[in-house]
Amino acid sequence: MQNQGSKAELDAQANQIKTQIEENLKRVYEAVLVEEVPDRFKQLLQQLKANEALK
Amino acid sequence: MTTEPDGGVDPRDQLVEHLRPLRAFAISLTRNVSSADDLVQETILKAWSSIDKFQRGSNLQAWLFTILRNTYYSSLRKSRREVADPEGNFAATLSVKPAHDGRMAFTDFLRAFDALSDEHREVLILVGASGFTTEEAAAMMGVATGTVKSRASRARRRLSQLLGLAEGEGMFSGVDAVTEAVMARGSAAMG
Repeated sequence: MQNQGSKAELDAQANQIKTQIEENLKRVYEAVLVEEVPDRFKQLLQQLKANEALK
Repeated sequence: MTTEPDGGVDPRDQLVEHLRPLRAFAISLTRNVSSADDLVQETILKAWSSIDKFQRGSNLQAWLFTILRNTYYSSLRKSRREVADPEGNFAATLSVKPAHDGRMAFTDFLRAFDALSDEHREVLILVGASGFTTEEAAAMMGVATGTVKSRASRARRRLSQLLGLAEGEGMFSGVDAVTEAVMARGSAAMG
């Protein structure tokens, strides 16, 4: 039974789970961060800049 | 690069450098790639047209994230969440190697993360994953730092509940959870 562990063991387990949650949150974010951004966004920025130059 | 009269760089020329984090935040928040991309597009347009409101020298990424989350929440209020598009489901688009070392499986984690409220996903990504400070996150979310901390802690607790980690492990409440578990067992024995 996990409940019978000492307080130190429970704390260690809690910290481990917390660390794993933090690691997984970083993975969620970074999995997308490394992806190439679709061209449409760079094209949009170029278009906006070109429109600006016409003003 | 356009040079401004004061010698600074036009922040509009720097937007391109923030596309990746902006999109990562959008996907984390919406959990749907096509809605996220629409959101990024809207954010770029708003940022471009209201660049005068950006305070030079301040954190451009934080400013963009603020526009993005405000746009997201106001569109949510308008549409009150349309039916989720299963084709655009984020978890399905990621090819992640399953963990075989007994650690928390990432696919399970994603499913739990998907089930969180928007506010909980937001706070966990802002303070946990994207590297902003509590103060920066508070400014972006328009709340006090104390609110960010308590919301993050509730979000973590909810996440661990969804992952089936909350009961009896004393994970976030320390000794109290053990006491409760013991008490529950005691009363069951008596009942």
